[in-house]
Amino acid sequence: MVLTLNARSALRLALIGAATVSMAACATKPKPTYPTTTAAPPVQAPPAPDRGVAQQSLPANQGPLPGSQQDFVINVGDRIYFDLDSYAIRADAQALLDAQATWLKRYGATAIRIEGNCDELGTREYNLALGARRANAVRDYLVGRGVNGERITTVSFGKEKPIDGGSGEEANAKNRNGHTVLVSGAR
Amino acid sequence: MTDLRQALRGAALAIACLFAVGLGVQPARAEIEVNVNRGDVQPLPIAVPALGGGQVGADIAGVIAANLQRSGLFRPLDPASFTERDLSAAVQPNFASWKQINAQALVNGQVTMEGGRLKVDFRLWDVFAEQQLLGLQFTSSPENWRRVAHKISDAVYERLTGEKGYFDTRVVFVAESGGRTNKTKRLAIMDQDGANPSYLTDGAVTVMTPRFSSTSQEITYMALRPEGSSIYLFNLETGRRESLGDFKGMVFAPRFSPDGGKVAFSVERGGNSDIFVMDLHTRTSARLTSDPSIDTSASFSPDGSKIVFNSDRSGSPQLYVMGADGSNPKRITFQGGRYTAPVWSPTGEFIAFTKQTGGQFQIGVMRPDGGDERILTSGAMDEGPAWAPNGRVVMFSREAGGASRLWSVDVTGRVLQAMPYPGAGSDPAWSPLLN
Repeated sequence: MVLTLNARSALRLALIGAATVSMAACATKPKPTYPTTTAAPPVQAPPAPDRGVAQQSLPANQGPLPGSQQDFVINVGDRIYFDLDSYAIRADAQALLDAQATWLKRYGATAIRIEGNCDELGTREYNLALGARRANAVRDYLVGRGVNGERITTVSFGKEKPIDGGSGEEANAKNRNGHTVLVSGAR
Repeated sequence: MTDLRQALRGAALAIACLFAVGLGVQPARAEIEVNVNRGDVQPLPIAVPALGGGQVGADIAGVIAANLQRSGLFRPLDPASFTERDLSAAVQPNFASWKQINAQALVNGQVTMEGGRLKVDFRLWDVFAEQQLLGLQFTSSPENWRRVAHKISDAVYERLTGEKGYFDTRVVFVAESGGRTNKTKRLAIMDQDGANPSYLTDGAVTVMTPRFSSTSQEITYMALRPEGSSIYLFNLETGRRESLGDFKGMVFAPRFSPDGGKVAFSVERGGNSDIFVMDLHTRTSARLTSDPSIDTSASFSPDGSKIVFNSDRSGSPQLYVMGADGSNPKRITFQGGRYTAPVWSPTGEFIAFTKQTGGQFQIGVMRPDGGDERILTSGAMDEGPAWAPNGRVVMFSREAGGASRLWSVDVTGRVLQAMPYPGAGSDPAWSPLLN
């Protein structure tokens, strides 16, 4: 999707608005869910091709388009975290992965890549192997929740792509993660 | 054999003894530290006056002195203390004037141009025995004067220590730029003294873990893309680059066999990493491990019969040695701590490794049976050891202030220093001696 600079700014604003809506929703409901504002644009059936029309019908300050990358990142969440030197799916990550599975089954035309990431507490090659375990643990969980494995690829970035450039446990905890990236089929 | 050589041999023996009894010596921390007080190891005072023949003669002497200095086995004397100023390569030096400043050895020589070629005569003298130890002549194109200096350094080193030198070599490494969260990683190459650095890749793709063939100017390395990873073979002389092939799953941690005919590497399938080996002639792969644990960082023994590797099959990363066909894996590390990144030394004597213990990353060496562990360095992020071709020096990367730099340490831990390369770098790989 190619956006002009202005369109991008508008989208940013839209995202901030959506985040606010989403957080409010979280405060009152046990599970994160999609925005329930009545002004949401009509949901198209997954194979529907007329994306341009859907985009143009978006009013300003609206939540992200359901089925879009933004919808996934903001309303579902694209990252879960791991314990030190572990690839076990933590209990506190399961709700998010359940929501990912639900979303992925709803938007069945999407394909995802799961990126396994590690903190700096390990050497380069070992961490590539550990990151692969993490990515596959996420994959296995989603498949176990009914997502077709054909839609999923995995990769390990080892400790090469930290999201927090600091040192210490706070940064390390963020850098031990499994990142789900939509690679195709999103609106 | 001269007294001089015996003295250095004695030093080498003293180093070996220190190693054998496993003295717990604190690793040095200074930028350049040559601790002459340890044991009997005294760097040998050597005079390297400017070779005759103008600026290039002085430059060659400077490179030789710097090489010998960095080895930690020699102490080049200050040229300001030299009293014999007009040395001729054709005439015996005035030994008395060199004895006066206590130079044990003296290098002199002459540079001339002949038909557009650089011709360098050099001689190595035992000052107190008053005898010539070496007399050699090198010719090359003038722009290759640094290589001539490295070859002279190797000749001096070998004549006085009885071991092969490592100065006429190059280092491939990963040059890093940018912050921690947006690092650009490029393959780069430089002389072992940090001179002539240049990039081999443009940084568009993240590259990692280059390794030299021990028989040719060829490297293998890994490229990491969001779509997956690839292992490449890259001939530095021809510029020819080829992929090892397409694999399902990640491929990483490539290392050549000692004869250059095979590459051992890790293949990941469904999250599990195992070690494979590919015959580069037939392009067929064989699987060496099939454990449900992480198996990676395979490194051949120099005779090709064994492989040391990293596995967490015991619950934490440890080092194991198996036959080169995958037979009979045996754990060799039992000292506590996490052991990774093993590299067998080119002489077969040692295995270098990275060890994590007490919140520190350490570079160490041990015997191939796991005995005589010796920790050479300790830091917040010391990793990725690579051997000099003579098995006496280990290069590695050390991180400080968010930037990774290349460092080297000798097998005794006595001579620890930052590489004379100003940029950020990691994953060094040392070439064999050039031809």
